[in-house]
Amino acid sequence: MQFMLLFSRQGKLRLQKWYVPLSDKEKKKITRELVQTVLARKPKMCSFLEWRDLKIVYKRYASLYFCCAIEDQDNELITLEIIHRYVELLDKYFGSVCELDIIFNFEKAYFILDEFLLGGEVQETSKKNVLKAIEQADLLQEDSKPRSTRLHSCVKS
Amino acid sequence: MALKMVKGSIDRMFDKNLQDLVRGIRNHKEDEAKYISQCIDEIKQELKQDNIAVKANAVCKLTYLQMLGYDISWAAFNIIEVMSASKFTFKRIGYLAASQSFHEGTDVIMLTTNQIRKDLSSPSQYDTGVALTGLSCFVTPDLARDLANDIMTLMSHTKPYIRKKAVLIMYKVFLKYPESLRPAFPRLKEKLEDPDPGVQSAAVNVICELARRNPKNYLSLAPLFFKLMTSSTNNWVLIKIIKLFGALTPLEPRLGKKLIEPLTNLIHSTSAMSLLYECVNTVIAVLISLSSGMPNHSASIQLCVQKLRILIEDSDQNLKYLGLLAMSKILKTHPKSVQSHKDLILQCLDDKDESIRLRALDLLYGMVSKKNLMEIVKKLMTHVDKAEGTTYRDELLTKIIDICSQSNYQYITNFEWYISILVELTRLEGTRHGHLIAAQMLDVAIRVKAIRKFAVSQMSALLDSAHLLASSTQRNGICEVLYAAAWICGEFSEHLQEPHHTLEAMLRPRVTTLPGHIQAVYVQNVVKLYASILQQKEQAGEAEGAQAVTQLMVDRLPQFVQSADLEVQERASCILQLVKHIQKLQAKDVPVAEEVSALFAGELNPVAPKAQKKVPVPEGLDLDAWINEPLSDSESEDERPRAVFHEEEQRRPKHRPSEADEEELARRREARKQEQANNPFYIKSSPSPQKRYQDTPGVEHIPVVQIDLSVPLKVPGLPMSDQYVKLEEERRHRQKLEKDKRRKKRKEKEKKGKRRHSSLPTESDEDIAPAQQVDIVTEEMPENALPSDEDDKDPNDPYRALDIDLDKPLADSEKLPIQKHRNTETSKSPEKDVPMVEKKSKKPKKKEKKHKQKERDKEKKKEKEKKKSPKPKKKQHRKEKEERTKGKKKSKKQPPGSEEAAGEPVQNGAPEEEQLPPESSYSLLAENSYVKMTCDIRGSLQEDSQVTVAIVLENRSSSILKGMELSVLDSLNARMARPQGSSVHDGVPVPFQLPPGVSNEAQYVFTIQSIVMAQKLKGTLSFIAKNDEGATHEKLDFRLHFSCSSYLITTPCYSDAFAKLLESGDLSMSSIKVDGIRMSFQNLLAKICFHHHFSVVERVDSCASMYSRSIQGHHVCLLVKKGENSVSVDGKCSDSTLLSNLLEEMKATLAKC
Repeated sequence: MQFMLLFSRQGKLRLQKWYVPLSDKEKKKITRELVQTVLARKPKMCSFLEWRDLKIVYKRYASLYFCCAIEDQDNELITLEIIHRYVELLDKYFGSVCELDIIFNFEKAYFILDEFLLGGEVQETSKKNVLKAIEQADLLQEDSKPRSTRLHSCVKS
Repeated sequence: MALKMVKGSIDRMFDKNLQDLVRGIRNHKEDEAKYISQCIDEIKQELKQDNIAVKANAVCKLTYLQMLGYDISWAAFNIIEVMSASKFTFKRIGYLAASQSFHEGTDVIMLTTNQIRKDLSSPSQYDTGVALTGLSCFVTPDLARDLANDIMTLMSHTKPYIRKKAVLIMYKVFLKYPESLRPAFPRLKEKLEDPDPGVQSAAVNVICELARRNPKNYLSLAPLFFKLMTSSTNNWVLIKIIKLFGALTPLEPRLGKKLIEPLTNLIHSTSAMSLLYECVNTVIAVLISLSSGMPNHSASIQLCVQKLRILIEDSDQNLKYLGLLAMSKILKTHPKSVQSHKDLILQCLDDKDESIRLRALDLLYGMVSKKNLMEIVKKLMTHVDKAEGTTYRDELLTKIIDICSQSNYQYITNFEWYISILVELTRLEGTRHGHLIAAQMLDVAIRVKAIRKFAVSQMSALLDSAHLLASSTQRNGICEVLYAAAWICGEFSEHLQEPHHTLEAMLRPRVTTLPGHIQAVYVQNVVKLYASILQQKEQAGEAEGAQAVTQLMVDRLPQFVQSADLEVQERASCILQLVKHIQKLQAKDVPVAEEVSALFAGELNPVAPKAQKKVPVPEGLDLDAWINEPLSDSESEDERPRAVFHEEEQRRPKHRPSEADEEELARRREARKQEQANNPFYIKSSPSPQKRYQDTPGVEHIPVVQIDLSVPLKVPGLPMSDQYVKLEEERRHRQKLEKDKRRKKRKEKEKKGKRRHSSLPTESDEDIAPAQQVDIVTEEMPENALPSDEDDKDPNDPYRALDIDLDKPLADSEKLPIQKHRNTETSKSPEKDVPMVEKKSKKPKKKEKKHKQKERDKEKKKEKEKKKSPKPKKKQHRKEKEERTKGKKKSKKQPPGSEEAAGEPVQNGAPEEEQLPPESSYSLLAENSYVKMTCDIRGSLQEDSQVTVAIVLENRSSSILKGMELSVLDSLNARMARPQGSSVHDGVPVPFQLPPGVSNEAQYVFTIQSIVMAQKLKGTLSFIAKNDEGATHEKLDFRLHFSCSSYLITTPCYSDAFAKLLESGDLSMSSIKVDGIRMSFQNLLAKICFHHHFSVVERVDSCASMYSRSIQGHHVCLLVKKGENSVSVDGKCSDSTLLSNLLEEMKATLAKC
């Protein structure tokens, strides 16, 4: 996988993860172009499109679009599966995830992604293991920083 | 101190945290930019504070702003500060920020090397994990080179969590630092059989990615992967493996044959669509690679096509799309199997989803045959009419043209039909593809001689109705066809039925509204037309008619002379003068027609697109060399001649210079004829061997079947391609009848009569003879043209560097660079200081060991044995192993742990003067006949001033060692970190067992209170040695020596910071001097760096400043000076006891030099 983008229906970027080295300018250009293209597609259309020499796989969950760029020989269906798996992980972690969770805890969303994918490859296929790793890392964190749970609840309200 | 803490937390209460920032941005929708710039100012203030928590918070906010598109590169250094925080909370944020914002251009990235290295070796797996994750995003070639060895070590970490991360990140390291691939590959291969499925899948991932780019180097792994494929049940892994095989089979067809069966089984059994799709794709790839060798795999192809049909029929748009995509791959090699599903594909053209329609279109391209072309195009034409949205319609248009023109118009049986399709397409409003249609018209009219008459009639109709085309709003698009129409009517004016009418159409005032380049063609071709009219009139003896035409020209041409377009203007004024001259001649009753038409004598032939490129540059000709040295100030002038040349190039085939006088023209014509006669590549009008319809030479211009053209010809400008379809059906029917008759007659004589040459003959195709005997003129190629073009190679492919032969034994020079202190030349063997950490079952362990041994042997034996079959190698390897064990026993006195490394340079030849023998930081702890213990003590910058003791246990007996326990007697100052709940007197278990001959490493953490003095701890290793005769309880006492140097951590320091530190004056001073040193200064420094964990700050001649830091934050500065035979070391440190102890240790080291 070359990169993953999360953006809202309004075209606001919510998360970006680049697995190939690109300059900031190039990243912005790609993001703008892709957000436009994907948002322009009608809901009944299939989730794949060819873009430059890459394949774009995207899927919409509620108000969020999850969009991945893969190479020519990569498997589109497994990429959809990756997206779905990531959404499930977010869901499990936040407990029925919504866009606001990702906005206010964007670093957590990154941490989860980093436990799931590394360098653009799937690192852990077991949901349980990913969540376990995140929870333990969070425990380490909470030793010194007791505020995150409280915040979580106030974001939800 | 406490006050400071409180103050820090109060500060923080007033700071915005990330949530506040996000909320603030959401509340300031109107003046977001202003709000954010305000926030950035606040963040800058926060970053200036000393409190790391405040900094981390600031960096976290910056990371969020970075995502919103704000530049945060200015904070790169602060990010590094947060990365090096000791608390995981902050470290995690620092690495996240780095992974999001660092890239190869970030200059401070080089400062992270040591920090990352430290985190990689941290005892906390999450520190290591977070460092690996971050590194995967911003690894640079430098980082990759410096850290490759550390990461490789982590590939054998005890925790699968770290192992899988390390394995995955190795791929990124390979990409950045290809030299690491060969040394790391054996270990990567081992990981394919890792007991942890996650690690295994990571290794499969990495090797698959590697193999996809350069498959040939990975063929030898095929059996291993085959085993994995048949045993694995993890779909994620299976998909990768199957993909890998897809890449390997083109290189090894035998593999393909083996694969077909398991793959078809999977296709039948799996319920996962992703896996099914991958299998189908690979089967297709396999069959493509097999298709040359063994054609009979129709069952598998049928299976694939069937499964794909199911996908296409599915209501899920995604599956439909992928089904079509895969179908198009089959189409290339097995068109027949796909063609039978034409109905389904045509159905997809009606799909709501545009991307599916486009895929279906792609498929249609490959599905046409002579038989169904008209039908398919007809269907497409109806779609063109229905299509809303210009993009899809334009796509349809190009597809229609692509389909028809593919492989040199192979499937077109009736060019009249095709011309009328093109004419119909010109009625599309707002298409961008006018030039494409124009190019087709030109191409067909030029190359298919028999169609010219018909083409000319259609084009003259187009010219006549030019106002329709030109008046549409998007003039630029479709009016391009007028370019083609004008040219065709001019060039082939002899076929025009009413040339006068066309001439008038071309001279209408409206024409001047067309784009310049089209007007230019108009002007040029008006003359051609005029020439042919003159000829007709003169032959018919209508002198008045001829004069009338000339008058028309003289009247109308001035409108072009006034054109704003230079080209039009120039041509028009030349021609106007010419015509006026003719007028004068005509007035004198001089016949002029002959001479005027001589202006345009001769044939034009199409030139192949890459013709110029294919001519090889003659030897000795340097195209880049100057013919005349450029003038000094002619930079802008340089551009101009090139541009002019370019333009000429483009226009050359389109129009010829009319300005040249008759003589010159005649001369050129003569020369051209001469040249053509001598040119074997020039295609003359006589049938050439390249023509496709060879079997009927001599009748090239005679239509085989006369069809009544009168109907279509008289309704110009109306859609009529449909009529052709009907006509064509009738014609084919007649033909069939005739053929049947003929066949009956012929049956007695021979079985099959005619066989035409066609690249894709199907039974049905063969029966259809083209309506016109078509003479397709092939494109001209220049002399000496090379047969193939090599445009496809990309020299910048990042994966090319990874095209490395992995089966070749490792050479000594290929070792990974190892943690080095600056300015040192020491290197240690990567194998030795990385003992196997892993807990493993007996069997793979042995194998691993053997494998490593083999690698080493290979290195050494490399020069002696170059080519040997694997079997003798194995024997030799065993023999050598025996020799080595003997040697080992003899060399007991050698410093333990480094025996192998120390021995190596000698074996490899004379050691160089400037090189130190590789050293190991592991020193002997204790040994007996059962076990040998070596250990290394490393400081870690943890909160509680801890050190990590890595103990390598080597089983040198023939028994299995198990139940190993380590008990250490704590002192007041040093305490072992024990698992919770265990008392001080309990032993700490060693987390592995040792089969005979195996070694492994265990790590223990000790907490030290005061580090200013060296100290020793007594300890005992107890274990059970078990062999065939029984088990015995054994123990081994040892003494752990914590030297002061082991509390130091190599920390780089810049000279300015170093100077400041010395100036500050808080440091106490001490010095030593050692005599009788012959070692070079360079090596000396290296020794100090290596054994005492210093780094060189600056070095001037024989004087160097060095720096290090203790785990408790003491600064230690050294000034090392070398005299003739002596070395003096002056030290400054914030603790005088520590300094004097350190210097004593150093003295001991130096004394050995």
